[in-house]
Amino acid sequence: MEAKLNPHIDPHRDDEGSKLGMWLFLFTELLLFGGLFLVYSIYRMQNSEVFAHCGKGLNLTIGTINTIILLTSSLTVAMSITAIKKKNKKLSMVLLFITLLSALAFLVNKYFEWAHKIDLGIYPGSEYLKTAPHGEGLFYLLYYFMTGLHAFHVIVGAVLLSVILVFVARERITHDNNQLLENGGLYWHLVDLIWIYLFPLFYLIH
Amino acid sequence: METQHLNYLQETGGRKGIFKWILSTDHKRIAILYLSVLSVFFLTAVLVGVLMRLELIAPGKTIVEPDTYNRMFTLHGVIMVFIFIIPGIPAVFGNFVLPMTIGAKDVAFPRLNLFSWYLYVLGALIALSTLFVGKGAADTGWTFYAPYSIRTGTNVILAVTAAFILGFSSILTGLNFIVTIHRMRAPGMTWFKMPLFAWSTYATGWIQLLATPVVGITLLMIIAERLFGVGLFDPAIGGDPILYQHLFWIYSHPAVYIMILPAMGVVSEIIPVFSRRRIYGYKAIAFSSLGIAFIGYFVWGHHMFVSGMSETARIVFSLLTFLVAIPSAIKVFNWVSTMYKGSIDVRTPLLFALGFIFNFLIGGLTGLVCSALVTDVHIHDTYFVVGHFHYVMLGGTAFAFFGAMYYWMPKIWGRMYNEKVANIGFAFIFVGANVLYFPMLILGIQGMPRRYYDYLDEFHFWNVVSTVGSWILLIGFIIMVSNIISAIKSGKKAESNPWRSLTLDWQTQTPPILENFEEIPTVTEAPYEYKN
Repeated sequence: MEAKLNPHIDPHRDDEGSKLGMWLFLFTELLLFGGLFLVYSIYRMQNSEVFAHCGKGLNLTIGTINTIILLTSSLTVAMSITAIKKKNKKLSMVLLFITLLSALAFLVNKYFEWAHKIDLGIYPGSEYLKTAPHGEGLFYLLYYFMTGLHAFHVIVGAVLLSVILVFVARERITHDNNQLLENGGLYWHLVDLIWIYLFPLFYLIH
Repeated sequence: METQHLNYLQETGGRKGIFKWILSTDHKRIAILYLSVLSVFFLTAVLVGVLMRLELIAPGKTIVEPDTYNRMFTLHGVIMVFIFIIPGIPAVFGNFVLPMTIGAKDVAFPRLNLFSWYLYVLGALIALSTLFVGKGAADTGWTFYAPYSIRTGTNVILAVTAAFILGFSSILTGLNFIVTIHRMRAPGMTWFKMPLFAWSTYATGWIQLLATPVVGITLLMIIAERLFGVGLFDPAIGGDPILYQHLFWIYSHPAVYIMILPAMGVVSEIIPVFSRRRIYGYKAIAFSSLGIAFIGYFVWGHHMFVSGMSETARIVFSLLTFLVAIPSAIKVFNWVSTMYKGSIDVRTPLLFALGFIFNFLIGGLTGLVCSALVTDVHIHDTYFVVGHFHYVMLGGTAFAFFGAMYYWMPKIWGRMYNEKVANIGFAFIFVGANVLYFPMLILGIQGMPRRYYDYLDEFHFWNVVSTVGSWILLIGFIIMVSNIISAIKSGKKAESNPWRSLTLDWQTQTPPILENFEEIPTVTEAPYEYKN
């Protein structure tokens, strides 16, 4: 087992390959959301006024705060990679921990945002949306679907980063063996990237 | 030959019983795991198909009710498409052979590979469970077209979930192969020294990776629409069913090339070996695989010529569809040219490869009839289309699958099959497939619609012929399966390289050892330098 962990002996280790695999996986994630973006753009074109009206109904403050939180967390995860490369294990762990806290904060905000809307009776299948204009039903379905799928990715990313944090603590991820951390970072950037598109498409449209 | 080492079938990794298999990350064992699950589902779907043909032997009710018939063609389609033909050649032979043909010890991510298999089994079991829970198997056809898929009371959500999970498994397999090919080729094996099977697996991997997620998300939207009914696709509440068709075919047409490209790869391996000749136009075949994969993304609209699209869109989609014929034809010409002046040794794998070319010609040319706007209006949704894609799918891909089965059987199990029985089986399968499917082309031109439970008397004769074909095919399958099983159990011990093939998969011990090579080989020659 000892020998396996040593990067200079283990013949099965291939950092480049592992990075390539992660990038390919990110392509599939983009296309997964791509289908939703396509549906969004078609229905927004057909119902542009209703969509703009609904967009104003979302909580811009929470949306902005969440955007800042996610962007910052992308920074901290990138910094934790640099930290581990500079052999600063402790700093790397702190930065990863901040990233995880950001993920949690994002989800808590999301929870309050959704809960508020659901309290108002605005959710797919609700009595209110059944009588509202068709475009409004579509807007909120896509809103819940796309931000929901995104939130699911936040959770997956957070779990992945938690595992990575443990690995850093146990020195399975070290200054010369940190591809897993880099891959976790790549995944986290994707989560961030998708949100960068979701935020204007739902919160900022006129 | 130097001393024999423990082969992968003897090497247990300290595990016992079934755990030798279901916990092993050896690509060869995973290939056999796929093969065993896939065979069971394939034979089940064959049986369903035969029963459907039996129902159609005469007008009116013969053996089942109309509702049951609808569920049968859905089940047949879902199993054949998502569980047999899409994973088929890549998951079984890609897994077993690909790492060896490029001189690698395993795939890039062995644990992910095993995980894909678990996803595959989970998806397959969920698909099966639609039969037994709730209101029974889905009756929408494998395309799950809205709005019917949103309104029917049957188990659409479960069936769609199964397809989603199977898609995920397919993505991970494709990803694994792409990284394997990029990173793990043996020293000296440049891209253009790679066997053509690796090229076609590579092209397939990209389609799996980039097209599958779109259908995944579309299927999730069907679930959302069924649960919340907000009018994404159901026109009664303001949705757009044509949008569903677009999203569905954006994946499902490229998926057609996921099905056929690996089959073409298998044929490109078999033909030079049994012709003892260097493959003609190696680069043309390699690039045509990529060409098919690329153009294949932009032709989905040809499934929708009569669903309502602008004239311009229809012309563009039709033109692009015709373009796919070019790389496909390049391959056929190159295979035939390879055999020209070769010293041809007619063995079972070659018979299946030749069968592939014959059937694929019919399947491909009838595809052009479908892709021409004028003729498509007439034959759309008729048996002509059913005949066309069965020629490509069974006549093409499945033939290549069976050919690959015989070709690599000595490698996989170290045993030979009975050649005479295998050839008799081939004859039944070849004749059966043609008697089964050719009448469908005629029926389609006469105007018999597909997916109908009943038909007019004027279609009776060709329906009887087609049903008889299904029996001949079934006999062929029985002969083939029993031959294969008895070969695995008690076949003659195979030579190390019975076909005298030059590719790396045959240079290892037979059956191969764990991690395939004693020492990673260095490659100096192109893969098919046969000298007579």
